[in-house]
Amino acid sequence: MSAGVAGVARRERSLEQALCRYVLRLGDTSLVLGQRLGEWIGHAPALEEDLGLANLSLDLIGQARLLLSYAGELEGRGRDEDALAFLRDAPEFLNLTLAEQPNGDFADTIVRQWLIDAWQLEIYEGLAGSTDSRLAAIAAKALKETRYHYRFSSNWLIRLGDGTEESRRRAQRALDSLWRFTAELFAPDEVDERMATAGIAPPLAAAAGRFAARIAADLGAATLTAPGSHAYPWHGKRGVHTEHLGHLLGEMQHLQRTYPGARW
Amino acid sequence: MSAAERVVDAREERVWQLLRAVPDPEIPVVSIVDLGIVRYVRVAADGRVHVGLTPTYSGCPATAVIRSSTQAALAAAGYGDAQLEEVLAPPWTSDWVTAQGRAKLAAFGIAPPAPAAEAQGAARAVGCPRCGSLATERISEFGSTPCKAHYRCSACGEPFDQFKCI
Repeated sequence: MSAGVAGVARRERSLEQALCRYVLRLGDTSLVLGQRLGEWIGHAPALEEDLGLANLSLDLIGQARLLLSYAGELEGRGRDEDALAFLRDAPEFLNLTLAEQPNGDFADTIVRQWLIDAWQLEIYEGLAGSTDSRLAAIAAKALKETRYHYRFSSNWLIRLGDGTEESRRRAQRALDSLWRFTAELFAPDEVDERMATAGIAPPLAAAAGRFAARIAADLGAATLTAPGSHAYPWHGKRGVHTEHLGHLLGEMQHLQRTYPGARW
Repeated sequence: MSAAERVVDAREERVWQLLRAVPDPEIPVVSIVDLGIVRYVRVAADGRVHVGLTPTYSGCPATAVIRSSTQAALAAAGYGDAQLEEVLAPPWTSDWVTAQGRAKLAAFGIAPPAPAAEAQGAARAVGCPRCGSLATERISEFGSTPCKAHYRCSACGEPFDQFKCI
């Protein structure tokens, strides 16, 4: 009897730990992408796009705050959103590898954004019906913002692809170079599977089909060609990153690392 | 309705009145009540005031300022122990901007939001808040704050902001 109770308690604790990792993945992806977009401030091709990218960045960092706060509570070790954002090293970050890729030129930024926006649309739509009410509330809020992020990035993808010879060449080059990081988006591991089984997160297989259809339609409108499949074994969501994340964190965490505990 | 409930209602109404005077930090002509940010006011049995606030956009930098100015306004009115609670669900929508809020936005030169259900489809013509012309064009879906889009009026030539619809 008592062994059974202990077993149930252990399973619940391990589900909570899996949920914590899952929420960290979502939060870290938003945070890292938000930080990347922030690097464009003052450098975008036009003032309107500068404001647009800054706006997306702000939304993503806001979503990251909600998610990381929740992850900190689930973890139960007293780490708040700031401790998680500023005091973890790269291998502890669980963001998608795609999110940390450098800004490159405007086409690289737009293709990266469009892929992640389309991914977030599927994930947040599924999470809005999550059995976890806190995650459902965060997702329902984030979904509204993701819809206009996607409108922004997909419109730009089409303008660049179906644009001048130069813009088309650059958009195709960006697509060819970033495509290898897309295999990770819908490849489930044990955390994803536990979340789906518990009704917390949407099953990735169904979401992958809708994502692929959306991507194919946009590429058609943009007159761009989807690269052949060449998946790389990157697993940012397991903490295995490209060298770019460390540099990003070096800048993002500089203040807290130099002056630990500094507050406004 | 019992006498006790009427007393509670009067206290809640007093708090609502206070909150109607707390301005939005970025668009100070409208209050946090006009924008639909205040989701509820409850006076608990122990007399403590609970106020539910919802963020407009996840990353809106005004959220923290709104929190502190609400706390300050409540404290100044004798509700120093008031409890502010974050409400995430259902998510904020521009449909919650009150009729009075819309009128104040328009008078300030910001086109009020159209119904959010229309935002996903074909955009309805946005009237210029200065000359009223419908001959306007959207310059960018993003403006000076997360809640605004950038427009230009072809009739009077003036640029203006529209309160985004989500």
